[in-house]
Amino acid sequence: MLGYVIRRLAIAIPTLLLLIVLSFVLMHLAPGGPFTQERALPPQVLANLNAKYGLDDPLWRQIWNYVHGVVVHFDFGPSFVYPDRTVNQLIADGFPVTLTYGSLAFLAAVTVGVALGTLAAVRHNGWLDYLAVGVSIGAQVLPNFVMAPILVLVFTLWLRLLPGGGWSFSDPSFWIMPVVALSTSYMASIARITRSSMLEVLGSDHVRTARAKGMPEHRVVLHHALRPAMLPVISYLGPVFVSMITGSVVIDIYFSTGGIGKAFVDSALNRDYAVMMGITILVGALTILFNLLVDILYAWIDPKIRY
Amino acid sequence: MVIDPRKMQSLAARMAGDEVPGRSPWADARRRFRRNKAAMTGLAVLALVALFALSGNLFARWSHEELDFSVMGQVATAGQPSLANGHYFGTDDLGRDLFARTVQGTRISLLVGIVGAGIAVVAGTLFGAIAGYSGGRTDQVMMRTVDILMSIPYMFVLILLLVMFGRSMTMLFLGIGLISWLDMARIVRGQTLSLKNREFIEAARVIGVPAWRIIGRHIVPNLLGVVAVYATLLVPLMILTESFISFLGLGVQEPLTSWGALIAEGAGTMGYGTLWQLAFPLFFFVVTMFGFFFVGDGLRDALDPKDR
Amino acid sequence: MTKLFTTTALLIVMALPASAVQPAEGETLAESQTYTYWLLDAIKTLDPAKNTDVEGSDVLRQLFEGLLNEDGTGGMVPGAAESYDESEDRLTYTFTLRDARWSNGDPVTAGDFVYAWRRVVDPRTASEYAWFLELMNIRNATQIIAGQLPPDQLGVRAIDDKTLEVRLTAPTPFFLKTLAHATTYPVPQRVVEEHGDAWTQPGNLVGNGAFTLDSHTLGVDITLSRNPDYWDAANVVMQTVRGVTVNDNNVGLTRYLAGELDRVQIPAGQYPRLSQEHPDQAVSIPYACSYAYVFNVSDKGPAALKDVRVRQALSLGLNRDIIVNQVLQGGQKPAYSWTHWAIDGFQAPDAEIASMTQEERSDRARALLAEAGYGPDNPVSLTLQYNMDENHKKLAIAAQQFWKPLGVKITLNNVEWKVHTDRMQSQDFDMARYAWCADYNEASTFLDWFRTDGYNSGKWSNAEYDRLLADSKTAEDTAPLYKRAEEILAAEVPAAFVYHYAKVDMINPAIRGIPTRNVTNSWYAKDLYRLAE
Repeated sequence: MLGYVIRRLAIAIPTLLLLIVLSFVLMHLAPGGPFTQERALPPQVLANLNAKYGLDDPLWRQIWNYVHGVVVHFDFGPSFVYPDRTVNQLIADGFPVTLTYGSLAFLAAVTVGVALGTLAAVRHNGWLDYLAVGVSIGAQVLPNFVMAPILVLVFTLWLRLLPGGGWSFSDPSFWIMPVVALSTSYMASIARITRSSMLEVLGSDHVRTARAKGMPEHRVVLHHALRPAMLPVISYLGPVFVSMITGSVVIDIYFSTGGIGKAFVDSALNRDYAVMMGITILVGALTILFNLLVDILYAWIDPKIRY
Repeated sequence: MVIDPRKMQSLAARMAGDEVPGRSPWADARRRFRRNKAAMTGLAVLALVALFALSGNLFARWSHEELDFSVMGQVATAGQPSLANGHYFGTDDLGRDLFARTVQGTRISLLVGIVGAGIAVVAGTLFGAIAGYSGGRTDQVMMRTVDILMSIPYMFVLILLLVMFGRSMTMLFLGIGLISWLDMARIVRGQTLSLKNREFIEAARVIGVPAWRIIGRHIVPNLLGVVAVYATLLVPLMILTESFISFLGLGVQEPLTSWGALIAEGAGTMGYGTLWQLAFPLFFFVVTMFGFFFVGDGLRDALDPKDR
Repeated sequence: MTKLFTTTALLIVMALPASAVQPAEGETLAESQTYTYWLLDAIKTLDPAKNTDVEGSDVLRQLFEGLLNEDGTGGMVPGAAESYDESEDRLTYTFTLRDARWSNGDPVTAGDFVYAWRRVVDPRTASEYAWFLELMNIRNATQIIAGQLPPDQLGVRAIDDKTLEVRLTAPTPFFLKTLAHATTYPVPQRVVEEHGDAWTQPGNLVGNGAFTLDSHTLGVDITLSRNPDYWDAANVVMQTVRGVTVNDNNVGLTRYLAGELDRVQIPAGQYPRLSQEHPDQAVSIPYACSYAYVFNVSDKGPAALKDVRVRQALSLGLNRDIIVNQVLQGGQKPAYSWTHWAIDGFQAPDAEIASMTQEERSDRARALLAEAGYGPDNPVSLTLQYNMDENHKKLAIAAQQFWKPLGVKITLNNVEWKVHTDRMQSQDFDMARYAWCADYNEASTFLDWFRTDGYNSGKWSNAEYDRLLADSKTAEDTAPLYKRAEEILAAEVPAAFVYHYAKVDMINPAIRGIPTRNVTNSWYAKDLYRLAE
């Protein structure tokens, strides 16, 4: 197991390097640069800017300098679009926000999804089952860019219950709508997966044996069925996490949360090279880490698996 | 919204294991599929949506790009769905016929979904089959590559691709297709490994059939079930991805449109009394998603009937 | 502002009251004096030398104060300067500063302006707005930006702490009007040098404006509060000003309606409904920006557009009334001149096209195209490029449909802003949507664009036009020159002018003091106050 973890972490380094080179090259090949703007800059000013930010170096040298800065000084460089701040600062400001509503949404999706799916399986073909299946099927495909403005309309304008956007770490009322909008579709997917996997497990021999021994149903479900039924859910968690980071773009746009999702799209559109690179590396590293965690969790739940 | 890889593996194992003469898994599967009500409903829905996409324009009284000047500027009142003025689904904010635009959007979205899924499945199958069949170092290198690629945040790269190459259908197909071939490659490789040592493949190799031919003739056909199920389940994911790209404004060029673009527009104006702009495209979008899910699930269950 | 220029040197003491707006009698002020307004996007920088956008300027105007301010009609009133003196040759201006303090207690001196302006042109600052000091014609600005002279050679000098002298390379009729622009604001040398790039962050930032910076969370909000050390603080009623970022305009409107914002832009097409439902809140005021489709007449441009008849036909075929009345619907006006109609002192020529019906225009357009050898059998095929935005998209779609019946085939090309700009600047387009906003309230800010050496992405060139604008720099009466220049534009059609902007907003009626007659839409929070509801 330890060897496996080390091997996986070792692969992270080439992965991140590939990611850096790939996005660096794509970004620099794209037409326009960070200082392309409506009033064409006088050539001298443009030259000054390029010199200041080292953009007049050859591409390989820029990549090298960049990687060097990141690895040696943990310095992700300056932002071209937000000259008052460094990329380190931008990420330090935005990432905790994304992480907060992201993890809450993740927790909500997993707990509610699993609970709902289990209930539906236990009450197979009952009204609760149909309700859960119906709701989750609908929620699963409703894009969150439709969900978000509906939430604002209902909870901010009509009911006046929640602030329509913004962010505060101290006031949970700002968290609710982002978490709901981000988690609903994954909650529904998880509920569906849990349900079908739970049905499978409930029909299996060892559960039947447990029942035959006269064990009460809730113990059967919690002690014997839940753990094996979780396996497909867990393998689904890695992708969920990644999609949630991507989905945060929508959350940031509609709820002005100031997270890194919107910052990424902006940086790509504005050719804010360093910000774009910084966020890409961060998300790449998180993806690797999270996939690894999921694999470890998987092995922990299913002792048959050996890496 | 992700395909459960465990079920796919189980299905692949079964398909590969079914090399017993005289027993086609397909005949049994067809029977089981027909008995699955949800899957049959899904199939019917998909057929209707496809019919809508293909022949909807025959009924449209407006083209997807014409502006109806009598409606323009007062869409909330004059642009409502109406049989009288030929706007069956109402109009969009500019007074364009939403029926024709929904037909148009359906075509694009289905196309992107199917072509994208096709690219993913073909790339994944070939990559996996080649890696598995070659074995040894090639296999090692190819699978490590897959591992590395697995950890790349694809949506980010897709955005960069669209930013770099400008928005075009080709880029959209390719970019979207490139997102999901990795899982497919892994599954196919695993099955190829187990197929490789089977007698009929050994025999082919002994009589000197070239490798590409063995892969094409003997290995890939044995994986058709997986490919079919995977592709069916992939299409809705591709459509979802496209809708997200459209939301970001990086989708197809006007006057062409897609479900994602129509839904994003409709969602923007839903507070202004023009709810039909959201409702109609969203309806087709949701219904199609279900269709593909049910058919995909049904197909898988039919081909891989575990005790359920 | 009325013309203050005379041929003799003259000491002009501006005697206007400095704070224009005060609660009228019978108005009850709200207990909590707060103003919350909508921002489409994050404020990119609070450094006056680096700011490039309108939303940034709006905040900087509260945090800093330039030599002059604008009043509610766009006229210039004293700011940090109490009075000024203009030399006879109109090449030297001497400003006398008032007694004022930075928010850290230091006095505001002429040296602060000298430092700030040198910093703007200093190549090491790499300011994207360094060109603004060139526009002001400040001596040596161009050479310093190019790195040929050191920044201390800039034609600006502190005679003493209270006296600032500015020397120009040429008489510049609009010079005074540039002095309320954010790029010209003073900055505190000590603070900038102490904190480096981080000097604009909350806690570090020191300004001389009526407000100070409380907090600034990128993409969320920015909060300012009243500066008790401001020289005119006694007349400032507003206590807190908050800019809230909402990236989606529709959601912004929802939040305004929910009472979370005091001002928000109205999305295109919603003004008629909202002005009916909320007549006291929906406001449309002229805004000095013009929208156009620029034709590429350069060597890289399509052959068809080199024919003036094709350009005229395209301009004629564009149904501006529908665009203004049925798409935008917010009090914008059809444009038949490049200069915005509300610009101070501008007299638009009588364009024939303006008085025709659309049917007449279309007939004329068809005839012109036929003359040029085009028609339904031999259609003109062109690409119309626009940048990602809901309204640009709507207009481009409409334009495509207007031109279609004339036998003009348009392919729409929606690209991101950076690509759009890049292609325009390298003449890699057929037709491109473009808009220009006034830097100052005078027609030359628009007309300069089409000068041969102006921004002029389509590379149109006309000797008489260039001469007219050169003459206007020193002319006593510029109106006839500008009028003639517009006539040339109307005849030569280097671009199809589409519409003149209006600022279409929902404004909470409790908020008073927002200027409604200033075409550049500069507003000062020190003039705002909130009524009890």
